[in-house]
Amino acid sequence: MSTKTLAAADEELRFYDLDEHAHPEGHSTMLGFWIYLMSDCLIFAILFACYAVLGGNYAAGPAPKDLFELPLVALNTAMLLISSITFGFAVLQMQQGKVRGTQIWLAVTALFGAAFLAIELYEFRHLIHIGATPQRSAFLSAFFTLVGTHGLHVTFGIVWLITLMVQLNKHGLIAANKRRVMCLSMFWHFLDVVWIGVFTIVYLMGMLQ
Amino acid sequence: MTPHPAPETGPLLGKLSLDALPLHEPILVITFIAVAIGGLALVAAITKYRLWGYLWKEWFTTVDHKRIGIMYMILGLIMFLRGFSDAIMMRLQQAMAFGGSEGYLPAHHYDQVFTAHGVIMIFFVAMPFITGLMNYIVPLQIGARDVSFPFLNNFSFWMTTAGAVLCMISLFVGEFAQTGWLAYPPLSGIAYSPNVGVDYYIWSLQIAGVGTTLSGINLIVTMLKLRAPGMRLMKMPVFTWTSLCANILIVATFPVLTATLALLTLDRYAGTNFFTNDFGGSPMMYVNLIWIWGHPEVYILILPLFGVFSEVTSTFSGKRLFGYTSMVYATICITILSYLVWLHHFFTMGSGASVNSFFGITTMVISIPTGAKLFNWLFTMYRGRIRFELPMMWTVAFMLTFVVGGMTGVLLAVPPADFVLHNSLFLVAHFHNVIIGGVLFGLFAAINYWWPKAFGFKLDVFWGKISFWCWVVGFWLAFMPLYILGLMGVTRRMRVFDDPSLQIWFVVAGIGAAVIAVGIAAMLVQFAVSIWRRDQLRDETGDPWDGRTLEWATSSPPPDYNFAFTPVIHDLDAWHDMKRRGHGRPVTGFRDIHMPSNTGAGIILAGISLVMGFALVWHIWWLVAASFIALIGAAIVHTFNYKRDFDIPAATVAAVEDARTRQLAATGA
Repeated sequence: MSTKTLAAADEELRFYDLDEHAHPEGHSTMLGFWIYLMSDCLIFAILFACYAVLGGNYAAGPAPKDLFELPLVALNTAMLLISSITFGFAVLQMQQGKVRGTQIWLAVTALFGAAFLAIELYEFRHLIHIGATPQRSAFLSAFFTLVGTHGLHVTFGIVWLITLMVQLNKHGLIAANKRRVMCLSMFWHFLDVVWIGVFTIVYLMGMLQ
Repeated sequence: MTPHPAPETGPLLGKLSLDALPLHEPILVITFIAVAIGGLALVAAITKYRLWGYLWKEWFTTVDHKRIGIMYMILGLIMFLRGFSDAIMMRLQQAMAFGGSEGYLPAHHYDQVFTAHGVIMIFFVAMPFITGLMNYIVPLQIGARDVSFPFLNNFSFWMTTAGAVLCMISLFVGEFAQTGWLAYPPLSGIAYSPNVGVDYYIWSLQIAGVGTTLSGINLIVTMLKLRAPGMRLMKMPVFTWTSLCANILIVATFPVLTATLALLTLDRYAGTNFFTNDFGGSPMMYVNLIWIWGHPEVYILILPLFGVFSEVTSTFSGKRLFGYTSMVYATICITILSYLVWLHHFFTMGSGASVNSFFGITTMVISIPTGAKLFNWLFTMYRGRIRFELPMMWTVAFMLTFVVGGMTGVLLAVPPADFVLHNSLFLVAHFHNVIIGGVLFGLFAAINYWWPKAFGFKLDVFWGKISFWCWVVGFWLAFMPLYILGLMGVTRRMRVFDDPSLQIWFVVAGIGAAVIAVGIAAMLVQFAVSIWRRDQLRDETGDPWDGRTLEWATSSPPPDYNFAFTPVIHDLDAWHDMKRRGHGRPVTGFRDIHMPSNTGAGIILAGISLVMGFALVWHIWWLVAASFIALIGAAIVHTFNYKRDFDIPAATVAAVEDARTRQLAATGA
């Protein structure tokens, strides 16, 4: 509504939009998903806060230096970062209208995600094997919960990726599917950002202590 | 009864066995029989009148924000009766348990009662009430046809309901938490609460919390994206503004609650050490985290009602709201400040003078924007032509009552004073003073104000006034003695007392609770009488109070699509502006209207969540796994549904609107 109309005489004022068009489908999905991501971010914020407060409470048990193997974590980080790039390729393919290419890159992304999870599970198994269980100390409780919650998100992301590939097969690159790819893309990159926080605060700073 | 030791766990039923049924508690057995008879009668009546199909199609699966709003209000009302029963049981116990008397509630039961009272009143009464109110009113006030995500809205409602149902199941199967409403560890840890009470608490809040968070996101997006043309943010009605702030707080705090309860869950289920006393755990961490959610929560509850008071004061004073801009900024200030005060709930933690001073000062600062609001309402009334209808009466009662509660709050904000008053009945009196005087009185104002919009007839005034006076008098009788007792050093959650000189105050408080009970009964009678006499109370105009905002521009109850044509806004009080300038309601040229379709997915997903919650409480692991897979599966199946909306044909719109035109002509409006 321009100010010009407001200044016009009363009888010219329109009080109803007689020529309106329905809001395009999904017009507010992106904003909604952003806000959801921020709420999820808060969950991670709490887990980070717990780690920051409790992360030094070893209870006479192992400390980060005794446990973490940076080369393994670096490999893991590479998996997740590459999966973000491949998701970017999927989005590029989608923007060019190529269904097959989108699906292939989504599949590659899922594989990298799965590799990330596999390495993480291997690490967890190893830690538990040597007695560094989540029950051992508050530090380990906070560690397993923070890293595990991130891993759980990646797991859901992979389930979503597979679902989406099936849906792309069924309906192709219709508007609804494009929107879903973009939402999942935001989710996936968000997990990447969180992981960078985990890598820095948990692993790198843990080794420095 | 003494608490049972932790029961054995079997593969089929987990910890569940016949011992879980509280057959040794006559109060619960009688309650169960009454509930069972009432429930069976209800089911029989619905079956006899063949209403299941109607309920399923028109209500349970609806995505219409108005119907979902009404369902939220019904949920809140039902849970309110439960929460109030708990309250009156506590008042009776405390009035009786003197001079060697143990009262009538054993400790195991009494501890559950005070926990359940707090949990239910906050999560399953106040939250559904305000969510229902925002759901119903906000889209109408901004000239929208529905919320941004209508399916999500239905899902949110059913998740809240599933949480409430799980909480109610604990009454008859097993037990509820005996920890107080925030379940502080280490008491709520597995070492000191080995039974299922805390698990019921955790899972009912987690399930309901999903619903609350999603409905918060939904309403924020709705307000940001679906406002009618011309409605800039600073032209939004105040109720919408306060709702926006409340929903921002919901999204900014409920994830904190979710995470905190999840950590407590891990401590209880997986043996981690977040909040334990040993292995480096920190119980105070929990207390900090839960109040980072908990303090904003009380502003989530009160802010929308501040909006209600603004709307009511302005309408019934026949004036534009005084200081709209300052009202908006005061709301935003409160929103931000509410995040910076959580530590005042535990000054006695011992964080030192500097930290306590900081939080004491931020707490006192909140009273400034709140005071500004109060003066705005007073100046709105000043020289207005005030009509003392029921909503206005509740508003005036609020102003008088809430100011007292606010001032005792400022007293508690002084750390040295708090060291004396911490956990005393003074505190209990304070927060009931602001929650009843603010949230509940506001809800009653809102119900009396918007009922005609939702149902097309006004509420009965006679019974409304009886309810009003009983509530106000009952409130003062019930809670002023608690202030006095608190100053004398009586702590909260006590079951028996030694000092006989205290008894008189508890008796007075009990009488107050009884007067409130009459007020509640009068309110139920008010609803019944109003429905009975609806033809005499009918409002055909859609605008019974000479309202000022857009919800009054449409018929009562509004059509499914709210507005046949989206209104265009030129002024803050949009509907008042339209009336003043003699707007012409369009009576021809209707078009198809695009609307979302109903879906059963919400109730199915919430139903599965309820089963999973129950299985988790009782450690029935096979059922947990099965319901988890079912939940994921059902959610995925739902995403394969791409046809989620339909068009209301122009002819149908025209028929509805023509009927409205004839109705308006008949009333001479």
